[in-house]
Amino acid sequence: MMGFNKLVNSYEEALDGLQDDMTIMVGGFGLCGIPEGLIAQMVEMKVKGLTAISNNAGVDDFGLGLLLKQKQISTMIASYVGENATFEQQMLSGELNVILTPQGTLAEKIRAGGAGIPAFFTATGYGTPVAEGKETREIDGRHYVLEPALKADFALIRAWKADTMGNLVFRKTAANFNPMIATAGKITVVEAEHIVEPGELDPDHIHTPGIYVDRLLQGTFEKRIEQRTIKATAE
Amino acid sequence: MALSREQLAQRVAQELKDGYYVNLGIGIPTLVANYVPKGMSVMLQSENGLLGMGEFPTEENLDPDLINAGKQTVTAVDGASFFSSAESFAMIRGGHVDLTVLGAFEVDVNGSIASWMIPGKLIKGMGGAMDLVAGADNIIVTMMHADKKGNSKLLSDCELPLTGYGCIRRVLTDLAFIEIKEGAFHLLERAPGVTVEEIIAKTAGKLVVPEHVPEMCL
Repeated sequence: MMGFNKLVNSYEEALDGLQDDMTIMVGGFGLCGIPEGLIAQMVEMKVKGLTAISNNAGVDDFGLGLLLKQKQISTMIASYVGENATFEQQMLSGELNVILTPQGTLAEKIRAGGAGIPAFFTATGYGTPVAEGKETREIDGRHYVLEPALKADFALIRAWKADTMGNLVFRKTAANFNPMIATAGKITVVEAEHIVEPGELDPDHIHTPGIYVDRLLQGTFEKRIEQRTIKATAE
Repeated sequence: MALSREQLAQRVAQELKDGYYVNLGIGIPTLVANYVPKGMSVMLQSENGLLGMGEFPTEENLDPDLINAGKQTVTAVDGASFFSSAESFAMIRGGHVDLTVLGAFEVDVNGSIASWMIPGKLIKGMGGAMDLVAGADNIIVTMMHADKKGNSKLLSDCELPLTGYGCIRRVLTDLAFIEIKEGAFHLLERAPGVTVEEIIAKTAGKLVVPEHVPEMCL
């Protein structure tokens, strides 16, 4: 019996059903907390025409940058894409449709998508290019922009610890967008650093309950550092 | 003399208060952390999901899972907490952060700010800046008063795409500390050795100059 066991045996199985032109969400902030193996598998699968929702677009040779390089992404929804030259070049040439979204609005759009809220009003972006074409409303003397929720066909995240039922714990700032993205996918796939048996995680310490998780597998991570900054040692 | 990057940070640090939760943007704002007055406690919020950011790590405690919003490796202080991006921006949008310091390309007399995009030149995205300016009451913008050719960045109307509309009230430039109210810049302080005339010459938007403009204490 499978019951609540979310474990899959391979990356192929983890992304089974992912097809061209689908919408994916990918956890991570910069290269921190990204599901490295799942991204590599998408490169392998050569799926294309993807709409990718992620805070950043990786760097040229790591993270979502790998998918960009193979021209597998046609639309990118992100808040900051500054570290990726491929990205900039594809955006300027018009090959890539880019929807820049304020970081907090992006996080909330994903949270709303997972929580069954179709749209919400926020002051963020009012009077800026972000609000163009969107409904606005004045509430108690302040202006707000209506922002629709976001959902995805596949939500791909990284967790630190998971039990086989898909209960998740994140580590430090590797959490970032992962907890919201976990809730907003038709199929949520988790690549975890450690997988334990049910009961081994303290229920008080679970960040994402297993109800949101469909597939789980053990990953190995390079954990590349984008800006390695070290304290100057005392003389 | 115009203020150096360090002096800008030093002057901003004078606006800190004990017990403040503070978000510091990338660049000059980050340097403010080096000038927190002795005996004062502030907690630094990093919008990628950290409240209580510490200094850079040593080689031994370098951790790829612990970075700041500039993607630099950092540490967490005692009493720090980690949380999701949605939680982080609930703090920011909900007005729970006591002071926000960020940079800008331009500001105008209406308190609007442009800081994220130069059409045809620089398109990197706004990151969290739009949320920060919309959510915070207490914001200090640090910026250069004019570009290298002497063109003012303190305008009647921002020319670049906006980051936020009508949300900035205090600006610290390399020449002056300025308040924005009632559709004008109001000169509060001038950098040491900088004349009021120079500030007037380099301010394109309407500038209100009181009879006495004190020099900044650094």
